[in-house]
Amino acid sequence: MNEILNILDKEKNSISRAKIAQMLGADEQEVAESLERLERENVIVGYKTIINWDKTDKDVVTALIELRITPQRGEGFDKVAERIYKYPQVKSLYLMSGAYDLAVTIEGKSMKEVALFVAQKLAPMDSIISTATHFVLKKYKEEGIVFEDDEKDTRQVITL
Amino acid sequence: MIDYEKIVSPVVSALPPSGIRKFFDIAAEMKDAISLGVGEPDFTTPWTIREAGIYSLEKGQTHYTANSGLIELREAICEYNERKFGVTYDPQTEVLVTVGGSEAIDLMIRTLVNPGEEVLIPEPCFVCYKPLTIMAGGVPVPIETKEEDEFRLLPEQLKEKITDKTKLLILPYPNNPTGGVMSKADMEAIADMLRGTDITVLSDEIYGELRYGDEGHTPFSKIDGMRERTVVVNGFSKAFAMTGWRLGYALGPSEIISLMRKIHQYGIMSAPTTAQYAAIEALKNCDNDVEEMRREYNYRRRYIVDGFRAMGLSCFEPLGAFYVFPCIKSTHMTSEEFCERLLEEEHVAVVPGNAFGESGEGFIRCSYAYSIENIQEALKRIERFVQRHRGE
Repeated sequence: MNEILNILDKEKNSISRAKIAQMLGADEQEVAESLERLERENVIVGYKTIINWDKTDKDVVTALIELRITPQRGEGFDKVAERIYKYPQVKSLYLMSGAYDLAVTIEGKSMKEVALFVAQKLAPMDSIISTATHFVLKKYKEEGIVFEDDEKDTRQVITL
Repeated sequence: MIDYEKIVSPVVSALPPSGIRKFFDIAAEMKDAISLGVGEPDFTTPWTIREAGIYSLEKGQTHYTANSGLIELREAICEYNERKFGVTYDPQTEVLVTVGGSEAIDLMIRTLVNPGEEVLIPEPCFVCYKPLTIMAGGVPVPIETKEEDEFRLLPEQLKEKITDKTKLLILPYPNNPTGGVMSKADMEAIADMLRGTDITVLSDEIYGELRYGDEGHTPFSKIDGMRERTVVVNGFSKAFAMTGWRLGYALGPSEIISLMRKIHQYGIMSAPTTAQYAAIEALKNCDNDVEEMRREYNYRRRYIVDGFRAMGLSCFEPLGAFYVFPCIKSTHMTSEEFCERLLEEEHVAVVPGNAFGESGEGFIRCSYAYSIENIQEALKRIERFVQRHRGE
């Protein structure tokens, strides 16, 4: 099962069950069942396409926002986190150790849109003590995939 | 005007050229050609190793090293071999760092072989043993290993070829081109034939890290009584994807290593310094990188073996290196013919088995040091080709 996850984690392209089965020397039916179980148990939470928006005509602005929070009695950070991640603009949300508590990734059409979201939605929340917004200027690598990767085979002919 | 044919060494001039290049030269001309031909990792050297090389340059470590190699590297080599394989060598006297495993092979043969003495070479095998033996004045004696024996060297085959002129046995396992391996038990049986003789062994274990299946790699020198007669050749090219750094090493009795060093110091001086610093990082901090690459090769290995079997070619399951060696006799073509026509008709470059010795006739070598996508496309084309010609 871990081997299946390992293959999926590395594979950049979509990959068929039959191919996974061949790579593992396993039965296709077994692989299908394992995958269904992994999906049911939410070990595999989704399959997502990585897009380099800079190459399209759609404007996408990404920002990383550091939030400092007052945890609530009995609920810790989870309740605040939930209020934040329900916004569709929020692409990722992590609880952090260190100088701040939550790291939020926001995507919007423009810097203004993102800034307004922070000012109007995040900053006013009761338990939020402070926000710090950092805009992303260029993405080099995401989810282990380098955006401008030149993967040409440069191996030359040699006597074996 | 000089007639060069008259002045050059007849021994060198009679050496056969490697018959492989022409396929790749043709393939290079074709736009959509794909290859399963290359015998080197497709992975780039792990970044931490490259970074260590760069750092050594920044620090200005640009001088020769000791002839035997940096002592830090030799110590790291010994620690690594003890940790991974349980063999112990003295970094001061029993290790020589060379320019690739190939140099170590050359040195070992030149150190041991006197003119007229015989060198036993199990075939199919890597192409260098035979010419290097000839250049040392020795006589190469091929031993044909067979698919039905999983391309292992059997003790009775060895016994048959031993004469009073036998000086050296080459043990090229895990094997290029077949992917065959020798288990510990197989090696014990070979050792039984050698005990009590003066026959020495060159164990080329450059693919030792690339073993699949339950049994790990055992250096031949670990077999009882073999250490005193064995030089183990290993290196960084395959395990750490460091082919271009040109770095290998030999482990063996100090009496042999010191003579190999003598040739090395006159011909080479010392192996590249940058590569040596990088190699220390490889040995100390890259177990995970090696394991990840091995795992990836293993996925591809299963995938490609399955693919050849699915198209009806018999394909022995290789347990080492990164090659498969499917049998193409069912197409009634020779290996050369198969490879030429496959390249012409489907634009796929593979290597004819007979390039690795006569016993490789009827087989082709396919490397799986390629991405799964590349392998998938190549298999699709080969299948089309085989279907079309099987009836002929």
